[in-house]
Amino acid sequence: MLTTTAPEIKSEEYFINMGPQHPATHGVLRLVLTIDGEIIKKVEPDLGYIHRSIEKMCESDSYQQIVHLTDRMDYLSSHINNEAVCLTVENALQLEVTDRINVIRTIMGELTRISSHCLWWGVMGMDVGALTTYFYGFRDRELINDIFEETCGARLTMNYAIPGGLMYDIHPNFVKRVKEFIVHFKTKLPEYDRLLTDNVIFQKRMVGVGLLSKEDAISFGASGPVGRGSGYSCDVRKHHPYSALDKVSFTESLLTAGDSFARYKVRIMEMWESMSIIEQLIDNIPEGDFRLTTNAVIKLPKGEFYQKVETARGELGVFIISTGTKSPYRLKFRSPGLSNLSLLNHITVGGKIADLVATMATIDIVVPDIDR
Amino acid sequence: MFLEITQQIHQWLLSLLPETAVPYVEMVLIAVVYLALFAVLGLFLVLLERRVAAWFQLRIGPNRVGFQGVLQTIADALKLVSKELVGIKKADKFLYNLAPYFVIITSLTALGLFPFSPYFQGFDINIGIFLLIALSSIGVIGILMAGWSSNNKYSLIGAMRSGVQTISYELSIGLSLLTMVLLTGSLQLSEIVEVQKNGWLILQGHIPAFIAFVIFIIAGTAETNRTPFDMVEAESELGAGFHTEYSGMKFAYFFLAEFINMFIICAIATTVFFGAWLSPFGITDSIVWLGPFWFMAKTFVLIFLMMWFRWTFPRLRVDQLLTLEWKYLLPINLVNIVLMAVLVWQNLIIQF
Repeated sequence: MLTTTAPEIKSEEYFINMGPQHPATHGVLRLVLTIDGEIIKKVEPDLGYIHRSIEKMCESDSYQQIVHLTDRMDYLSSHINNEAVCLTVENALQLEVTDRINVIRTIMGELTRISSHCLWWGVMGMDVGALTTYFYGFRDRELINDIFEETCGARLTMNYAIPGGLMYDIHPNFVKRVKEFIVHFKTKLPEYDRLLTDNVIFQKRMVGVGLLSKEDAISFGASGPVGRGSGYSCDVRKHHPYSALDKVSFTESLLTAGDSFARYKVRIMEMWESMSIIEQLIDNIPEGDFRLTTNAVIKLPKGEFYQKVETARGELGVFIISTGTKSPYRLKFRSPGLSNLSLLNHITVGGKIADLVATMATIDIVVPDIDR
Repeated sequence: MFLEITQQIHQWLLSLLPETAVPYVEMVLIAVVYLALFAVLGLFLVLLERRVAAWFQLRIGPNRVGFQGVLQTIADALKLVSKELVGIKKADKFLYNLAPYFVIITSLTALGLFPFSPYFQGFDINIGIFLLIALSSIGVIGILMAGWSSNNKYSLIGAMRSGVQTISYELSIGLSLLTMVLLTGSLQLSEIVEVQKNGWLILQGHIPAFIAFVIFIIAGTAETNRTPFDMVEAESELGAGFHTEYSGMKFAYFFLAEFINMFIICAIATTVFFGAWLSPFGITDSIVWLGPFWFMAKTFVLIFLMMWFRWTFPRLRVDQLLTLEWKYLLPINLVNIVLMAVLVWQNLIIQF
């Protein structure tokens, strides 16, 4: 019997370096991709291109100085990072800060969250090919940056919170401008939905892509919108309220789908929630001191101290081991970016290159936060 | 007016040169005219794109070089001319250098086919539409060559995507134009315009013509590699796609050709659907020199539409791109042809 065999076509997997200079990796992240045609077989993040050994530097700095280093980790939620260190130090000293400090810190934190999500939204659109979103996101983010600039002189690396209070009191215009911003942003946030969320092509790119189950989210240590998109209730603001967050009522943005679109929607919902938190606090900022007097050289008591906060990307933990000197013996940041990045391989394998880029955007990577 | 000028030039040349030399001189003159048109169009379209993009993106756009930035692209072109042509090791030198010319020559040739006015058309052959489609698909070979020869994986992925995309969307372009050819009964561009003196084809053919137009503009956007179909250079995925390794003027050729291709697609749509140089409802058809104005006006409205797409939509994924073509556009197109055939057969065409 005659059998005809078709000539065997051999196809090979090959690897591509995505980054450290690549528009989609948002900085100096290098991904080593193993791909078969367009299909992703393996994603290996290669870190260390922007490692500045912040944790090691902290061991020789005073506690006031450490705050300044945290700006350079997740630079998009710099105020929340500052707050995390301040809260840890204050807890260790058992220092009760005034309500005014708490309220202002919370308002600034939520403004930071909105500004971070604005930038994320713009870049998200760019990663799926809609360049216009970038400018829309930046339009609204600029207004928040202006408020920051007026309050503390900095637009990005704020250093506004210090152990024992705030660097300065709020500007007389602060309340007025924040209210103006809320009014403005309430009309502009629906625009985001019209431009991107409701777009058919965008939904096709997002729905059902990059699936992450709740169990996996927990076992990979996912937090922030990545975890909440998979139905894992992990909002630190809700479960372990800090500053003035126990005084406000808000709902945790939680979706169960676990795909890229759920992670996207969670962030949009968070912007609404943050606005509602600010609205509850802005009208009655209590009177009082904006800074408590602390020793010029802060020495923490001997022991181990931990405090976690919710940054725009997830759970940031600060762990300090003190031996009673002016610097920590050891300091460890539990950054949300690193654990969120670790699940990238898990959720992108089997997808296309375009899916990898879109999924990576929904994880919202800030590389200095991962590398520290 | 064009006729008079060309006649005068013809007479003048005859008085200067022997009769056999005149056609050759005229050929060169026409080529120069089209090259000038090509350059001006390219530069203007780049500026227009940047201003339209700025308008969509809450920006101002280039407005410093010359009045309202009109000289900006000329400045950019000068910069590109003066830039170094960076060579690549292990590249296929022959194909690498040939690719930009492939892309630019096809789009330049296609420009000569359009009836800007009854007396302003480079060459009017009886298979005009067919030649246009053929030329537009040769351009993709240049892209494939560029991607293959660059010795860069990103370029290669871009080029392969381009191949896949063009093979698919060629079908839609061809079939939607074929639908309209059923109405005109001719492939010659001047005759297609002639037929439209009783109303533009999109009105004559109403429903199927409109469907054909929508399909044509979608497929045309894909053919020119513009968002939402810019798989080929997908900036956030592949850096710059197939032209990653090109610099200076070679890059500028790709860049210019891309814009001219957009003009060509919109000009085809203008010719086939919107009556080329004919004015709306024949209001100024007696004034012949307004022909090019109407042609350009209609084309630029369509170009604006394509720019609107680009600055609004996200990009499709490569498999979704193929799904759209093979599962939706192609079947609709085939049904549409039958519909148009019935229309012509039963003489349900609307004529004014």
